[in-house]
Amino acid sequence: MGMTGDTSTIAPEKPPSRRLLLWVPLIVAAVFFGFFGYALYFGNSSPQQRAIESQLIGEPMPEFSLEPSLPGRPGLSSTDLATGEPRLLNFFASWCVPCIAEAPQLMQLRDAGVQIDAIAVRDRPEDVYAFLQRWGDPYQRIGADMQSEAQLALGSSGVPETFVVDGDGVIVHQHIGDIRPEHVPEILAALENAQ
Amino acid sequence: MIAEAGLAALWLAAALCGLQLVFGIMALRSDGTGAVNAIRPVAIIQGLLTVFSFAMLVWLFMRTDLSVELVAANSHSAKPMIYKFSGTWGNHEGSMLLWVAILALSGSLVAMFEKRLKERTLTATLAAQAAIGLGFYAFLIFASNPFARLSPAAVEGRGLNPLLQDPGLAFHPPTLYVGYVGLSIAFSFAVGALLTRDVGPTFARAMRPWVLASWIFLTIGIAAGSYWAYYELGWGGWWFWDPVENASLMPWLAATALLHSVTVLATRDALRAWTIMLAVVAFSMSMLGTFLVRSGVLTSVHAFAVDPQRGGFILALLIIYIGGALALYATRVSTVREGAQFEFMSREGALVANNLLLSAILGIVLIGTLYPLGVEAVTGEQLSVGPPYFNATAGPLALLLVAAMAVGPLLRWRRDSWRNVMNRISLPVLITALALMALVFLASPIGILPMLGLMLAAGVAAASIAPLWKRNLRRTPMFIYGMVIAHLGIAVSMAGMAFESAFSEEVLVASAPGETHQVGPYSVTFDGTRPVAGPNWTAIEGGLTVQRGDGDPFVLAPQSRMFSSPQTETNEAAIRTGWTGQLYTVLGSTDGNGRSQLRLWYKPFVTLIWFGALLIALGGLLSLIGRVRREKRAMEREAWA
Repeated sequence: MGMTGDTSTIAPEKPPSRRLLLWVPLIVAAVFFGFFGYALYFGNSSPQQRAIESQLIGEPMPEFSLEPSLPGRPGLSSTDLATGEPRLLNFFASWCVPCIAEAPQLMQLRDAGVQIDAIAVRDRPEDVYAFLQRWGDPYQRIGADMQSEAQLALGSSGVPETFVVDGDGVIVHQHIGDIRPEHVPEILAALENAQ
Repeated sequence: MIAEAGLAALWLAAALCGLQLVFGIMALRSDGTGAVNAIRPVAIIQGLLTVFSFAMLVWLFMRTDLSVELVAANSHSAKPMIYKFSGTWGNHEGSMLLWVAILALSGSLVAMFEKRLKERTLTATLAAQAAIGLGFYAFLIFASNPFARLSPAAVEGRGLNPLLQDPGLAFHPPTLYVGYVGLSIAFSFAVGALLTRDVGPTFARAMRPWVLASWIFLTIGIAAGSYWAYYELGWGGWWFWDPVENASLMPWLAATALLHSVTVLATRDALRAWTIMLAVVAFSMSMLGTFLVRSGVLTSVHAFAVDPQRGGFILALLIIYIGGALALYATRVSTVREGAQFEFMSREGALVANNLLLSAILGIVLIGTLYPLGVEAVTGEQLSVGPPYFNATAGPLALLLVAAMAVGPLLRWRRDSWRNVMNRISLPVLITALALMALVFLASPIGILPMLGLMLAAGVAAASIAPLWKRNLRRTPMFIYGMVIAHLGIAVSMAGMAFESAFSEEVLVASAPGETHQVGPYSVTFDGTRPVAGPNWTAIEGGLTVQRGDGDPFVLAPQSRMFSSPQTETNEAAIRTGWTGQLYTVLGSTDGNGRSQLRLWYKPFVTLIWFGALLIALGGLLSLIGRVRREKRAMEREAWA
């Protein structure tokens, strides 16, 4: 390389300590790269799943006991969920639009032989009745959660939300939001694992 | 054929990019004279080809051509035209194509307009720009092809994420990208200068306008993104320290530091190695941001479809470019002659303080953004680092930084005396003290950070105008006005932030129709809800009759929207902006008994945050125009001499 101008004069040799210092940025960057590579290939690769990983997974169902939401249909308490068979617990409400969207998927699950209990959040019996008449009724027991107590106890933030519970009443899976057709296999797999 | 034309243009551009790199290397190996004349047209045509390619993708989106996979996956025929347009970059492949188009276009602009730089250094710079380009062309063509066909064609598209269906989105990402990718020029300049060992005032003056231009776009992009999050997410906050927000803030912090150190290099020929380092770091932060967002390593509202393969590709590019530049730095920078010396109490000293503080804040944001990732990778535990960490660590440093900013422009270059400095800052200090007294006596007790913020904002506003004191205003160069306005913008923005955090009022109620709620100076009456429908959504709309004191009542209508494709709910806040603040209303869920959740905020002077940001960008623009004009005149003079 030739000298091309006044600013390119070669400097006198610097002490070795200072020259070593110049490699520090590269070393810092290398540490970051190693870390990114690790996060990328050995970290949990699906961020969506990570985001909704619930603290309740693996915990027994918190205690609650709810009055029946519809006359002639039993209400729901946490002990009803430990039946020896895995089942679904679905939070819904007649005033919730995404609940309408997930209704066909719940019917499909019921037709596949899945046991589904429900908690109706802040809802009136006549509205619940009308909702089930219109969009289908996949439920066995329906508890009325007038004050959102059960919802709070389960750390659920909104409706719809669905929990997979194993035979001992332990929560094994949580699905936030409506169950879309593409989620059905996931739910079935969770039920299968809970056997 | 549109898709094929776009893809062909992309391949051609990649080939020209390779040619540009080969020319550059050959020229640098020989004596390098004349090579620039061959490289310039190659760089320009390459830029035009990528722009053409991007235009083809826009066209496909506008026509909703469902035989193209990307369009089918992200668009919908019922979408309003403007969102078909902006949907082009509302997805991974489209936004990467935009990224590459801006990268190539930046190279073209340098090839067209850069006259100041030594020919050899310019050759090296364009070669470096081509080297970056090649990697990203490869990424686009092999791992993110936006023009892939879908056979058979889809019957209907899947739609665009409703959060992204907003006018703000039409301009926020492109603006930000121009800023991000524009910094590639600074990076290439630094690499070019290291290769030819040409680091000095001429180099700094050549690099400065490019850095300024990118920085202006970054500033506007970040401010627009912040305002978008503020009104679209319906959380009432304007900055969430979300990883993706941080990813845009980090290049801005680095670019701000670079902007100031490059001025020291241009004026005083000091801070040579440091300026080179910052230029490398600034674009590295841009690439890091792209990696974090695009690889899916981060969880965030911004995370689009993810694919670890792509992450691996971008990571490889990061290692090659950042690692390469830093290795070059380590081997070459010791042969760059040390720059001029200066005293601590001087303009340079204040700018060094500015640089150190900005770098420290950058470090804090970087660590806070990556720490949750690190903890999860090691222990599997999930945690999030939020405002408590960032505010407590970056906040005090930012206040120090602002104090340095107030004093800096009042100092002389090279050396200054304490007594003179005290003299010049006495008025701003007095104003700060007065503001403190006013706050203590007039305002209810407020937090320590907002208190300091308001105090400093007053002092800094005074100090930022002070450089104009006793100057002939008509003969003051434009870039001085630029600096004054940008610094004033910081004070204005800071005042907005402090007001917002100290004096906001919030009311959260489950309201029955007919009830009236008081928030700030407004009384808000809930009139009930009604269903409304848009082109691709339905909504529950709340009616609010609002009155301020005895003023005329007006109506606000916040909505809770359900989008049909894809099915998602969003909150559309209804906002009333007055001279002294904003009323911000959000409609929450309805409880089935006729009551609806209402969230009402009164935020005094909150708009100052974004107004200040616009002032900052305006200051940058004035400075840019002033600098470019002066350079042009200097070159004309040289041509005559």
